Amino acid sequence: MLNYDIVVIGGGPAGLAAAIEAKKNGINNILIIERDKELGGILQQCIHNGFGLHVFKEELTGPGYAEKFINELKSLNIEYKLDTMVLDITEDKMISAINTEDGFMEIKAEAVVLAMGCRERPRGALSIPGTRPAGVFTAGTAQRFINMEGYMVGKKVVILGSGDIGLIMARRLTLEGAEVKAVAELMSYSGGLTRNIVQCLDDFDIPLLLSHTVVDIKGKDRVEGVVIAKVDENKKPIPGTEKLYECDTLLLSVGLIPENELSSGAGIELDSTTNGPKVNESMETNIEGIFACGNVVHVHDLVDYVTEESIRAGRNAAKFIKKELKKDSHTINTKAKDGIRYIIPHEIRVENLDNTLDMFMRVTDVYRDAKLVIKADGEIVREIKKKHLAPGEMERIKIPVKDIKNNNISNITVEVQGKVK
Amino acid sequence: MYNVVIIGAGVIGNFIARELSKYKLNIAIVEKDSEVSNGTTKANSAIVHGGYDAKPGTKMAKFNSEGNPMFDKVCKELDVPFKKIGSLVLAFNDEDMETLKELYDRGIENKIPNIEIIDKNKVKEMEPNINDDVIGALYSPTAGIVGAYELAIALAENAADNGVELILNNEVKDIEKIDDGYKILTNKQEIKSKYVINCAGVYADKINNMVAKETFKIIPKRGQYYILDKSASYITNHVIFQCPNKFGKGVLVAPTVHGNIIVGPDSQELNDDQRDELQTTSDNIEYVRNTAVKSIEKIPFNKTITNFSGVRAEPDTGDFIIEESQDAKGFINVAGIKSPGLSSAPAIAQYVVELVKERYDGLEKNKDFNPRREMIVFNELSKEKKAELIKKDPRYGRVICRCENITEGEIVDSIRKNAGATTVDGVKRRARPGAGRCQGGFCGPRVMEILARELNKDIEKIVKDGNESNILTGKTKS
Repeated sequence: MLNYDIVVIGGGPAGLAAAIEAKKNGINNILIIERDKELGGILQQCIHNGFGLHVFKEELTGPGYAEKFINELKSLNIEYKLDTMVLDITEDKMISAINTEDGFMEIKAEAVVLAMGCRERPRGALSIPGTRPAGVFTAGTAQRFINMEGYMVGKKVVILGSGDIGLIMARRLTLEGAEVKAVAELMSYSGGLTRNIVQCLDDFDIPLLLSHTVVDIKGKDRVEGVVIAKVDENKKPIPGTEKLYECDTLLLSVGLIPENELSSGAGIELDSTTNGPKVNESMETNIEGIFACGNVVHVHDLVDYVTEESIRAGRNAAKFIKKELKKDSHTINTKAKDGIRYIIPHEIRVENLDNTLDMFMRVTDVYRDAKLVIKADGEIVREIKKKHLAPGEMERIKIPVKDIKNNNISNITVEVQGKVK
Repeated sequence: MYNVVIIGAGVIGNFIARELSKYKLNIAIVEKDSEVSNGTTKANSAIVHGGYDAKPGTKMAKFNSEGNPMFDKVCKELDVPFKKIGSLVLAFNDEDMETLKELYDRGIENKIPNIEIIDKNKVKEMEPNINDDVIGALYSPTAGIVGAYELAIALAENAADNGVELILNNEVKDIEKIDDGYKILTNKQEIKSKYVINCAGVYADKINNMVAKETFKIIPKRGQYYILDKSASYITNHVIFQCPNKFGKGVLVAPTVHGNIIVGPDSQELNDDQRDELQTTSDNIEYVRNTAVKSIEKIPFNKTITNFSGVRAEPDTGDFIIEESQDAKGFINVAGIKSPGLSSAPAIAQYVVELVKERYDGLEKNKDFNPRREMIVFNELSKEKKAELIKKDPRYGRVICRCENITEGEIVDSIRKNAGATTVDGVKRRARPGAGRCQGGFCGPRVMEILARELNKDIEKIVKDGNESNILTGKTKS
């Protein structure tokens, strides 16, 4: 059996940042377990730029962003195992994992950081009707084929869903000579970042069809076309609006789901909105000593925020090992109110906060000239004016600890005040 | 010249081939598709029915009741997942209760063991998620669930291990009577055989009409399904039926042998020329959903991982057609094998072997027949066995499919076996990579790499299923 102070599951941006921070905080016996052949996670296939504006104040590509962390990890001599799959984690932090060299391993960890990331929703999750030919890909799978393996997935493409990966792939496919006929989006607004809509669709004259969806897939062996229809306010297709788009490929960018099968197996409590673990201010789950960060907790749109959150998880995992995390602190619960879909963290043990309370959240709709109102036990603590709020763009709020530490408040709520666009 | 040629590599054809390979015969299976188990066999409810449903005296009743008890042995021999979990037919009103009594009486006549009508309390005790307005149920403890395409594939592999030749990608275009048997013309070649067994599923009538008078018609009937993620498995431990109606056994909710939940099917009669139309349609899939919730209201459809449809071969005669053709001696039809066809398959195969034996004087047994077909499922092994296996072959230490923890070793096995996989879907149906919640998003590219390497093919030539179902369309600019 192997023994480590901290085992980090996943060597993507979340796992790397958490491990590095834990090491910097004095923990030497750390192992990262990564299932792919290299570190860096999904960043390695994101060869476009736009990463690192917040953390490094410069624009990096995905692999460039990952490289900075991988180099630091190596200079800090943090141990990692590649091509290694965790099969199971128990409540008392026993991990079983396999790879071709070490075979079947049992690893005892004092603390665990879950950083497994997320996966894409497949066609089946949407019950898109039609035949089941080749040529239907999730956007990320297509991205891997094109950017990592050097193969094209199609010539005439329709994209369903305007999430960031879908938008990025619309541009990438166009640059590779494919014709992207349209991007259809079920909602009345895009789920992607505004800058991606401008740079990936508008700049290439690719139409974005809001309030549209795919109602049929045609073709026996390979996709021959998809039928797109307009949807009403209940997102039901409107009869008579169907239009056939001849294409050989349908790309899906219809959402990401945190990968929490290992977490559930360990008995970790999940939030039914985020599909990720419920966490406290230290990014610790309901099981003491098991932390989680990055897209396994909730899907982020910027890797910079993943890094920030994971640094917090790594630092607190180190504190846990050093027995510096306070268990019996006064605890505040957070609650998403009107217009807010969820808030991370779910629970705040005030004594463990340093200077600020950092909260991540998403809104439920598109708002113009609105404000985020933060209340403590019903009393307004802070109001933040927002010109624009959209579900596709995660909001981060920092509240000075002094604002909430003085009185024994029991809950913090956030709500949106303003008009739905 | 073959002794026996079987047309169609579905569960019926493969079962007959495997049973016939116990004798010294020169046998071939001719299949139009690029893979075995690619028709009705790959897309049905995968239920081994108790046998109470079919009308006493019919072939359906006979073969179902005989077939059901045969599953234990054959599934053990072939390492095919089979679980005898029992079924419930629910009643929600007095009329339904009358139907249950009828089914019960039929069951007694069909000699189905241990069936009973249970009251509401017992139903709720067995399955607490069943809707409160249930008033009773017919419980059939011998009903089960099986890996339907896994069974057909295992039978083909085992048949091939025992000398049966598998001729894929050969669509039968015509059959001619010759002096000592038949000449089968496919799109690729001429195949001669003394006996021909027609197991062509939804095309069985077309095959029959090539050589004999039209005595039956196949009516294609499509059914659509949902598969839910394993995290939905809590909703039921039994196969849950509603009362049968004129459309068939109705929409069921059941666990699958892999721990998912299956919901379906509806029943939609297709036109004669629509036998390959396997699309799902929003109206029908919605009907399935709205009907299923009458059994269990809180089915978590948001956990759907895929939908599919299958076309069933409904005979216009109302019963299975299993007999030598009147006007074509040596040509045996095994046709119209709709539900309970899968449940009946082992007994049908045995019966057909008897038909062949009757026509061969002194048919010798194949002393080398090996009934075993082994299959390693890494995830189901103990940790000691896992450790041992990786030591022996490190490829079992590399997980390719993250959702189902399928290793490279298992994928290589599925390709290297006799009658092994040659397509992405073929690998999926044998070893299950891509059958999980991400549906191949992560493992698809890696399965293709392994297929290309093992088959010594360019990765661009690897197909999903049919010969034209290319996944990649060329290289990127570079």
